Amino acid sequence: MTQRRRVVVTGLGATTPLGGDVQSTWTNLLAGKSGVRKLEDEWAQEASVTFAARVAVEPSEVMERVEMRRLDRSEQFALIAAREAWKDAGAPDQIDKERLGVVIASGIGGVITLLDQYDVLKTKGARMVSPHTVPMLMPNGPAANVGLELQARAGVHTPVSACASGAEAAGYALEMIRNNRADIVVTGGVEAAIHHLPMSGFASMKALSTRNDDPAKASRPYDKDRDGFVLGEGGGVLVFEELEHARARGAKIYAEVMGQGLTSDGYHIAAPDPEGAGVTRAVKFALQDAGIPLSEIVHLNAHATSTPAGDVAEANALASALGADISHVAVSATKSMTGHLLGAAGAIESIFCVLAMYHHVAPPTINVENLDEAVTVDVVRDVPRELPAGSIACINDSFGFGGHNVVLIFRSYEG
Amino acid sequence: MALTQDAVLAGIKEIVVEVAGIDANLIAMDKKFSDDLDVDSLSMVEVVVAAEEKFGVKIPDEEVTKMATVGDAVNYIVANGK
Repeated sequence: MTQRRRVVVTGLGATTPLGGDVQSTWTNLLAGKSGVRKLEDEWAQEASVTFAARVAVEPSEVMERVEMRRLDRSEQFALIAAREAWKDAGAPDQIDKERLGVVIASGIGGVITLLDQYDVLKTKGARMVSPHTVPMLMPNGPAANVGLELQARAGVHTPVSACASGAEAAGYALEMIRNNRADIVVTGGVEAAIHHLPMSGFASMKALSTRNDDPAKASRPYDKDRDGFVLGEGGGVLVFEELEHARARGAKIYAEVMGQGLTSDGYHIAAPDPEGAGVTRAVKFALQDAGIPLSEIVHLNAHATSTPAGDVAEANALASALGADISHVAVSATKSMTGHLLGAAGAIESIFCVLAMYHHVAPPTINVENLDEAVTVDVVRDVPRELPAGSIACINDSFGFGGHNVVLIFRSYEG
Repeated sequence: MALTQDAVLAGIKEIVVEVAGIDANLIAMDKKFSDDLDVDSLSMVEVVVAAEEKFGVKIPDEEVTKMATVGDAVNYIVANGK
């Protein structure tokens, strides 16, 4: 039997509430800064929730007007992050394009375009609806635009699983390379849904924090007084590459992608299974797929969105899956700083995991003023924590409405 | 007052600058929308709707398919405008 093809990360790109690129995002993440702010939009002033985590750098600051007007905001995020990631990977344009794939997810797709064009339809009539409407609102639009720009011909895909979408994309990319469909896959997730309608929908579900008087303290995973998630926007893109392909061209290798575990709850359309059985199974599958000793798992970037039910169910499931080995796992809930980027969450958090492995440091969790007693995992609070030297691995778990559970494992690359 | 060729060309230039971001100096009667001005089939719909609004003229789809160059569009609008 031939050995399984190994997959490494050779490029990173992001635009997030903490920064317009990976470096600024990572610096602010380690510094424990919050990207959550009061919204300036007129509609938000009368809304039940008046804050969110908008991107730190508006696309208009880095993109031409004419290009922007044909792209939904989610597509703009995808191109901005993908361009940075591709450049970071050394822009390997010489690759056979039939061996280059793209898997970029979105939870909701071009919802802002859809709603804006509906306004055009109602106020100006059908004739004035933009011919770009459909390519802008389709959820595969971000992946398709990146695929077009890079001329990717191995396949362009968009898994949709709500807030697990970005992580599911990475898992799909991993399999594309393992299965020898591609040598490089540009993967990630994007979301641009800070608009009155989606925010009203989430607010009606009682899913959002209503801490209007103190937005920067609103996202507080594991804290006793957490009251819901904070909606964020942005995108994260990673370049996955087959190990020998990366070595042959002398690419910088950030980390290795070791495995994934996918399950579904079969429990409720939006509520997490309080037993977290699906999460536990997904972690176990990912560990089997990765084939590494549990002692190497020293860090975990939790889904932890700051909802009352979700954070504890997840923590219990992780403790159950890892057993006694949970004791040497430094758990970070970076949504405390970025807010919840829905379909981009699993992507930016994969980037954080990769950088944690590369730099041997776990980012902090902010706003845990009173740790919920039901949370028994070791939460990295307020300041970053150094991780052990040598070969280390981390888990990134993501869950989505619909009962989707996705677990990814990354490992430091020792050469 | 009838539309002059110069007035229509100036109007089309404004529209193409808005839609495709092309330098106005590069837009001339003999330029092809798709090959020279980066106006693809979707953007052409935008150009046509904007031109109809601007000049108060109806441009049927079968005429649009014949408009390869800026000159084709300008001449149609001059001939059919009021």
